[in-house]
Amino acid sequence: MAKHYTREHEWVSVSGTVATVGISDHAAHELGDITFVELPQAGKSVKQFDILAAIESVKAASDIYSPLSGKVIEVNSRLDDAPELVNQSAEDAGWICKLEASDLGEVGALMDEAAYQEFVQGLV
Amino acid sequence: MGYSPNTPEEIREMLAAIGAGSVEELFSSIPRELRAKSFDLPPGLSEFELMGIMREKASTGGCGITPFIGGGLYDHFIPAAVDHLSSRAEFYTAYTPYQPECSQGTLQALFEYQTAICRLTGMEASNASLYDGGTAVAEAALMAFRITGRHQVVLDESVNPFYREVVRGYLASVAEQVVEVAPLGYGSDFDMLSGTVTGETAAIIVQNPNFFGTVEDFAALAEKAHQHGALLIVCSYPVALGLVKSPGEMGADIAAGEGQSLGNHLSFGGPYFGFITTLKKYIRNLPGRIVGETIDKDGQRGYVLTLQAREQHIKRQKATSNICSNQSLCALRGMIFTAALGRKGFEELAALNYDKAEYARGVLSAIDGVSVINAGTTFNEFVLSLPKPAAPVVERLLPFGVAAGLPLGSYYPEMENTLVVTVTEKRTKTEIDRLASLLQEALWS
Amino acid sequence: MELIYEKSVPGRTGVRIPVADIPRTTGGFPAGLRRFEPAAFPEVSELDLVRHYTNLSRRNFSVDTNFYPLGSCTMKYNAKVMENAAALFAGCHPVVALLPGGEKLVQGPLSLVWELERQLAEITGMDEVTTQPLAGAHGEMTGIMLIAAYHKARGQKRKYVIVPDSSHGTNPASAAMAGYEIVTIPTAPYGDMDLDAYRAAMNDQVAAVMMTCPNTLGLFNPYIAEICRIAHEAGALTYYDGANLNAILGKVRPGDVGFDVIHVNLHKTFGTPHGGGGPGSGPVGVRAGLIPYLPTPRVVKKDDGSFAVEAHPEGIGRVSDFFGNFGIMVRAFGYITLLGREGLIEVSEQAVLNANYLMARLKEEYDLPFDQTCMHECVFSAARQAKEGIHAIDIAKYLIDRGFHPPTVYFPLNVKEAIMIEPTETESKQTLDSFIAVMIEAARCAKESPQELKDAPITTPVGRLDETRAARALQVCCE
Repeated sequence: MAKHYTREHEWVSVSGTVATVGISDHAAHELGDITFVELPQAGKSVKQFDILAAIESVKAASDIYSPLSGKVIEVNSRLDDAPELVNQSAEDAGWICKLEASDLGEVGALMDEAAYQEFVQGLV
Repeated sequence: MGYSPNTPEEIREMLAAIGAGSVEELFSSIPRELRAKSFDLPPGLSEFELMGIMREKASTGGCGITPFIGGGLYDHFIPAAVDHLSSRAEFYTAYTPYQPECSQGTLQALFEYQTAICRLTGMEASNASLYDGGTAVAEAALMAFRITGRHQVVLDESVNPFYREVVRGYLASVAEQVVEVAPLGYGSDFDMLSGTVTGETAAIIVQNPNFFGTVEDFAALAEKAHQHGALLIVCSYPVALGLVKSPGEMGADIAAGEGQSLGNHLSFGGPYFGFITTLKKYIRNLPGRIVGETIDKDGQRGYVLTLQAREQHIKRQKATSNICSNQSLCALRGMIFTAALGRKGFEELAALNYDKAEYARGVLSAIDGVSVINAGTTFNEFVLSLPKPAAPVVERLLPFGVAAGLPLGSYYPEMENTLVVTVTEKRTKTEIDRLASLLQEALWS
Repeated sequence: MELIYEKSVPGRTGVRIPVADIPRTTGGFPAGLRRFEPAAFPEVSELDLVRHYTNLSRRNFSVDTNFYPLGSCTMKYNAKVMENAAALFAGCHPVVALLPGGEKLVQGPLSLVWELERQLAEITGMDEVTTQPLAGAHGEMTGIMLIAAYHKARGQKRKYVIVPDSSHGTNPASAAMAGYEIVTIPTAPYGDMDLDAYRAAMNDQVAAVMMTCPNTLGLFNPYIAEICRIAHEAGALTYYDGANLNAILGKVRPGDVGFDVIHVNLHKTFGTPHGGGGPGSGPVGVRAGLIPYLPTPRVVKKDDGSFAVEAHPEGIGRVSDFFGNFGIMVRAFGYITLLGREGLIEVSEQAVLNANYLMARLKEEYDLPFDQTCMHECVFSAARQAKEGIHAIDIAKYLIDRGFHPPTVYFPLNVKEAIMIEPTETESKQTLDSFIAVMIEAARCAKESPQELKDAPITTPVGRLDETRAARALQVCCE
């Protein structure tokens, strides 16, 4: 399914009720070389826009906010040993975690790809 | 006057380049009403007069006294090379090595320090120093909060009372509970400590040797803590670790303490350094600066500050600690000290401390009515029980140039008749024998 | 260069330790309490040791060897006489002061603590000072703990501490350690905290506002008294971060402006050495209403003129183990005493003159986001050079090749490509002129031969280091 984005540069892609979450290519580029991803605990429940995880580069640290409400059902444990995956493939192999989404209606509060691209253009 | 070199002529040239009429004009952005209402200080002095004042102050500095006191600070021998090397201006007039290419001296020395303190405590990861013993133990407790997500600690009362005060202050606004457990026989009350740890406990904090000088094995307590998902924090005295089982060998999760005994002068309370070491898996939870190894673009080995994203200058209120400046130069002294003594020398230093203290235990407990009352083994300190309150006895011996020990009554009211006696390798047999005869006289004549 | 551990040879010994004059009994130490393996410290000769650390020291830039205009750090000259003075106290055991009757034996050091506190109180316009905090950030945390105690005594539990976004990271971090949530206020176009946003954020749940003045842009905030007044009206207290006190010595006193709690950095303003990252010292000053909460113990002067150590039971407890970083305090006391009133005023005047001179001479070549008279430091931006692909860090590395320690780069965060220069008052016009010449050259290189900047430094023992690798493949001690 098509991706949706937050103003904090997370993306989410929903399949059924399972939502895959990551940070955008733009955010990964801005952070520089990622050195660490603090993954959430599986089983953790979050509300939309709550802090879900955290990410660090050499000179920056940033929180990752949850695009949707739900419960963490899987984390991308490859990032433990290879945080650089986020730089290489932020919107695919560098996904952060999967949520069992509790309210798909919340997608309405997010931007679609075109709107996000426009939003990013406006930041520069 | 001061250390400003510019001549009046140069000042005029500089003002002209700026386009200002006077130096005072540069301060014109400061509203009149905000100007200093007073600045009442005496005129300056030359070095000559200043050193006169300093000598006078130092002459009543208690430096002439023979200290049989510790309290976490120890009168150890310091090789001359430690003073000379740490006095290299390239070390002491540099600052935080933010630009690694022109700070490899400090960075490599701190990497060597981190290695030394890990080897000494039997742990896997160290930072580049903290402030002092008390704040290091407090930071260790905060670190345990972050690791476990819990906010209660069990604090053994045989931990240095100064450290416990600092810990209580640091934890006041963040801890749910600090449970203090009274000592037993001048050692840890293992049953009580084990009984107090629960699924809510972030860490148990113990000290080895403890404030009374008693040496114990906390391996079983570490296991007990781990069963409940809690950590064990061991506060250590570095010189003792030349002989005594290390925190790592006991299964501790964090070791912390005061580094003064590694080559730092007593200096009336500082500067010294705090140390903290842990297991590799907890490294991201360490507070403060950490030096890491890497390579340059040609593959040459070099050192940088690493994991800076944990620190306040990047993570602000979410940092692992607020610490910025640490006690780097004191840690460097610690490193040079361990290298000057070396593997064998350090072991011999610890052995000598133990032997001198054992000798003192013997001669002091031979005095009528006096006994050593630690239930267990001691290292270079022990508790002496007197037939009367200890404080007046210690006071009576001061005019003889001897600080006989630290009376415990001020810190543990029920221990009025006791004092902790400290015997480092610097106390000679003659000094120990003299202490014994002065004590004999103070008690019985 | 090899690590000292790599120079180690089993069986080689260094310094001899004192001779045993008592029977040897170590054999009797219980096996169960004994460590399994000796700590693997290096086994080197004394000459190996001396050569190793002497050569290591030569791989550092330092104030004594290089101009070191690291913004916000006040890298001034550290007078040698202070090292001699501090050495006089090396053997004093602080526990002597805590023994019954012990104070009599340490009147000198106690008087020094007391007198330094008086000097700092007069310099900052505060009523009382504690020297216990061991560094600037430690002072901040102590100060916020004092503020929390003050509110608590009034039956209030306020939740927030306000900081400007240009503040040092230690401000929010220290307030968070003392249990507060942080409200960050953006910078207004004039270069300091947005007054309207601040006013809107102030309410009866705010415990304190923390200000650095002059701020990290080197600007004196014209609304500083107003900021204090707004806080006090809401029952909040005001905290002054003394990191930049060097700019206003003798000109402005935080206490006169309306600050309730302050800290000063002895290792910045008062000329004590920075030690490669510490030790520093961060004494805290307070207004009279906060004296009851100061940490224990206090050094007091009695009616008979003698000095004593007194418990301070109502206070926030103990923030460090003894009387603070005493050796650093000796140096600062010496510095203030030696310079005296006129000398200290000269410090701020010459520091501000030097900074403005640098600013005037460099503003053709570099963008100056806030073009106005600065105080002790000025902040340029390499934004113009960045358009050509040359960043502040490249200019910094080029300066190293030319023998200058770089200014602070990438801070403050609210200036893109920041280059923050603090020359201090102890540098001569000649030194500034040679630095200016190299900065101008760097700007020219950025246009004409950018690769030279990208390749720098080439004169150092190592080239640019891979910080990403250091963080990903962590190695923090030698195996």
